[in-house]
Amino acid sequence: MRELSAVLAIAHRDLIKLLRDRARLVADLVFPLIFIGVLGTSLQASFGDAGGIDLLAFVFTGVLAQTLWQSSAMGVISLIEDRENDFSQEIFVSPISRYSIVIGKVLGESLVALPQGLAIVIFGIVIGIGLGPATLVALVPAALVITVFGGAFGVLVLSRLPNRRAATQIFPFVMLPQFFLAGVFNPIENLPWFLDILSRLAPLRYAVDLLRNVYYSFHPERVDVPLASLGTNLALIGALFAIFIAVGTALFVRSEQNR
Amino acid sequence: MIQIEGLLKRYKRAERNAVDGISFNVHAGEFFALLGPNGAGKTTTISILTTTLAPTSGSATIDGHDIVAEASAVRRKVGIIFQRPSLDRNLTGEENVRFHAVLYGVYPYAPSYRLMPEPYRRQVAELAGVVGIGDEVFEPVRTYSGGMSRKLEIVRSLIHRPKVLFLDEPTSGLDAPARRSLWTYLERVRRESNTTILLTTHYLEEAEQADRICIIDHGRVVSYGTPTAIKADLIEEYVLVDTADRQALVAELGRLGLPHSGEGPYRVELDGRGTHAVLKSIDTPLNVVQTHMPSLEDAYLDIVGRAEAEAEVGTDA
Repeated sequence: MRELSAVLAIAHRDLIKLLRDRARLVADLVFPLIFIGVLGTSLQASFGDAGGIDLLAFVFTGVLAQTLWQSSAMGVISLIEDRENDFSQEIFVSPISRYSIVIGKVLGESLVALPQGLAIVIFGIVIGIGLGPATLVALVPAALVITVFGGAFGVLVLSRLPNRRAATQIFPFVMLPQFFLAGVFNPIENLPWFLDILSRLAPLRYAVDLLRNVYYSFHPERVDVPLASLGTNLALIGALFAIFIAVGTALFVRSEQNR
Repeated sequence: MIQIEGLLKRYKRAERNAVDGISFNVHAGEFFALLGPNGAGKTTTISILTTTLAPTSGSATIDGHDIVAEASAVRRKVGIIFQRPSLDRNLTGEENVRFHAVLYGVYPYAPSYRLMPEPYRRQVAELAGVVGIGDEVFEPVRTYSGGMSRKLEIVRSLIHRPKVLFLDEPTSGLDAPARRSLWTYLERVRRESNTTILLTTHYLEEAEQADRICIIDHGRVVSYGTPTAIKADLIEEYVLVDTADRQALVAELGRLGLPHSGEGPYRVELDGRGTHAVLKSIDTPLNVVQTHMPSLEDAYLDIVGRAEAEAEVGTDA
């Protein structure tokens, strides 16, 4: 009960910070729109329904998953920011479990990532991507799973970083290749074998595929895009989540204490 | 209350130990000061005692709990005011206090002040009064003055009733009036809660008010005891003498068995002998006599001065 209370307090703190930071809120809403608007429509104009795939829907689902996942992962950076602000001292000297700290942080950043997803969804409705009420309802739990998963990935990456500068330098290297390996914009069904291996190692792949599973289950008329079943994706995400949290927390605590 | 035995810490990739085998103990209810120049190892020691940093070797217990093996029990018993402010400046004062209370399991979490239990709200109102911030407690900490923030931190650290309160240079960055008012407030906290206080400072006048002082420099204990005992320990008393016939004087000092040094004027250690007796025993006519009876401050500045001179040579803390 006490640990749960602490998790909620830590998560709520992130949410309060977002709500008080108007500039960030606006950026959160606008940036993804540019992304899909420009990329999706230009791809659609160039290739149309190439290969029988509606590219706009394909890119939309990819970007939605990627944005949620990445935004939550990047949000966990703020643990490092806290360290530089000395607020982390206050958290780390408290008697709660280190796992509660990390899980509270992941949960908080997951909630903070959701407004960005909302912006993309609204845009999707406007451009007529086929988002009925049933699809929207089904997307909510999927979005939560993806953000929490992204946050866990963030914990793992950041547990090895000494400071914020290193974090901002490393993040593109960790994130950008995954855009392509996970098939955010591009179909990845027929990759050469070495890229196929890398693709299967990219955690983002399972987040994107999960979201497409949900979306395409409401659009049976469209070409079946998802690579693996919903169950397979959920199982893999669950396993990776547990590993990321356990290893990430252990490494993070160790690097904090053994300076 | 606190027992430290041979505590040693060497940071990764550091060439020397930040804390180099220090031992001391602090009694329950005592006001204890850890005094030393910047880079002496004070903050490192406090970080280890509050379990946020792992020691390289040595051991310490707080209220009987080992700081490594029973870190969680130790964290419950201590409160700490960090050297650099650790309030979340985006949150209000009340939110900072609430966050702390929840992390220490004093109250369950509620997302707003009004939903928190009644005893909590009473406590916040009371604390706000003590710090003298009234309704500003619901304003973001960003808007507070340095002194107000510091007091709020102290208020916050006491909310879980710690047995030991660590204060790491609590007055750094404060102007003189804020510093004075903080001390008055701390004195009151001490009287009312009977909390054991361990303070670090590089200001001698702050340490002199403590029950006992431990002076550290370069990670080692230089002196340890009550302010009076430390004075006796640190202060070197000597007379400086000179004469026209230096050869005769050196010969005579040697004959008398008086420890001396220098190339003239000569420094003669008193080592408890009376100044008058020493001077009387010297027959060589003296043309310079200077007695040296420094204050505690002189003695301390001497330590700090040495440390800084060495730092300039290039050893980085």
